[in-house]
Amino acid sequence: MKTDELISLLSVDAPVRRRLGQALAVALVVGVVISAVLLIGTVGLRHNLVSVFETARVLFKIGFTLLLAGVATLLAARIGRPDASARRPALLLLLPLASLVAAVAVELAVLPEEAWAASWEGAHAAFCVFFIPVLSLAPLLGILWAMREGAPRDPGLAGAAAGLAAGAIGGALYAWHCPDDSPLFVATWYTLGILIVASLGYLIGRRLLRW
Amino acid sequence: MDGDTQAYHRFLTGVTPQLRLLAVRRCREMGAPASDAEDIVQEVLLAVHLKRGTWDMSRPIGPWLSAIVRNKLIDTLRRRGRHGSVPIEDVMEILAADERTDATDRLDAEQLVDRLKPPQRDIVRAISLEGAGVKETAERLKMSEGAVRVALHRALKALAALYRSDVREDR
Repeated sequence: MKTDELISLLSVDAPVRRRLGQALAVALVVGVVISAVLLIGTVGLRHNLVSVFETARVLFKIGFTLLLAGVATLLAARIGRPDASARRPALLLLLPLASLVAAVAVELAVLPEEAWAASWEGAHAAFCVFFIPVLSLAPLLGILWAMREGAPRDPGLAGAAAGLAAGAIGGALYAWHCPDDSPLFVATWYTLGILIVASLGYLIGRRLLRW
Repeated sequence: MDGDTQAYHRFLTGVTPQLRLLAVRRCREMGAPASDAEDIVQEVLLAVHLKRGTWDMSRPIGPWLSAIVRNKLIDTLRRRGRHGSVPIEDVMEILAADERTDATDRLDAEQLVDRLKPPQRDIVRAISLEGAGVKETAERLKMSEGAVRVALHRALKALAALYRSDVREDR
């Protein structure tokens, strides 16, 4: 096939079917719905959800994970464009990080020292580290599928950002079940679960997102 | 780029000479046969086409285009680099092969088209080699126009994947 024949072939296929942003939006909605059903169908919501919902710790837990999910999704979308700089959304990651540090500091100041260890360990640390990645699977696959429409300069980095976003979504969903509310717990076990998903995203992205 | 076939054709034709210049220069740097340059041009064009949804239309096209080209050139360099340096005899042969560029690239790409699945292959043949329109092709293959368009889009994706795996395995 000569190059001008290829060009004719390409121009017949001119209309753009799917843009990266649209694909991401579809993937997020589908992924969140699947994981929410999974959460409610297996372990269920926390039984005393309404009564605890107003406490600052629960609000922080959900707010932090949602903020991280939002920033990481933005970052993934930006990395998916070959000509866009990802520096600003990457700097935005400092926002959830700073809020986490602040919450931990407040928690340490408020709690007596004897209670630190118990709050940090919580009741279900191992389950949390296991279940956040489980809840992240559907969003992760969805975001990676959407990112295939993208053209990232660094496929591994793009996968890691997708994993970070998916992990944070998993965390935000798990927060509706999780009875451990201390920021000490969130900073350790949530972060660990989310980082596992981000690493997984890196490994998959390095292969899947090449173009 | 909003589905205007003729404008899109003009755009692709317009950028091709520049792509060819870059590809030839890159081949010379790598000591690759000059006949490979046209393969690189076609691979870059396919990438531009398949990734055009990532261009934000409110931004200038220049940086986007050069980012795509740079990525593809790095890619080809990496794939060839893995197999070490090229002996000087080959370079001499390449210089001799220069004039045959046109014949060889046609052969190479046609082998790739051969590896597509039947409906995709027939569609690509009809439209690119025989210059048929979508409507004509659809009538000939007894498919709807929509189905032809979808199959063509899949064929282009498959072709880009074949380009990648082909170069990776053979060299």
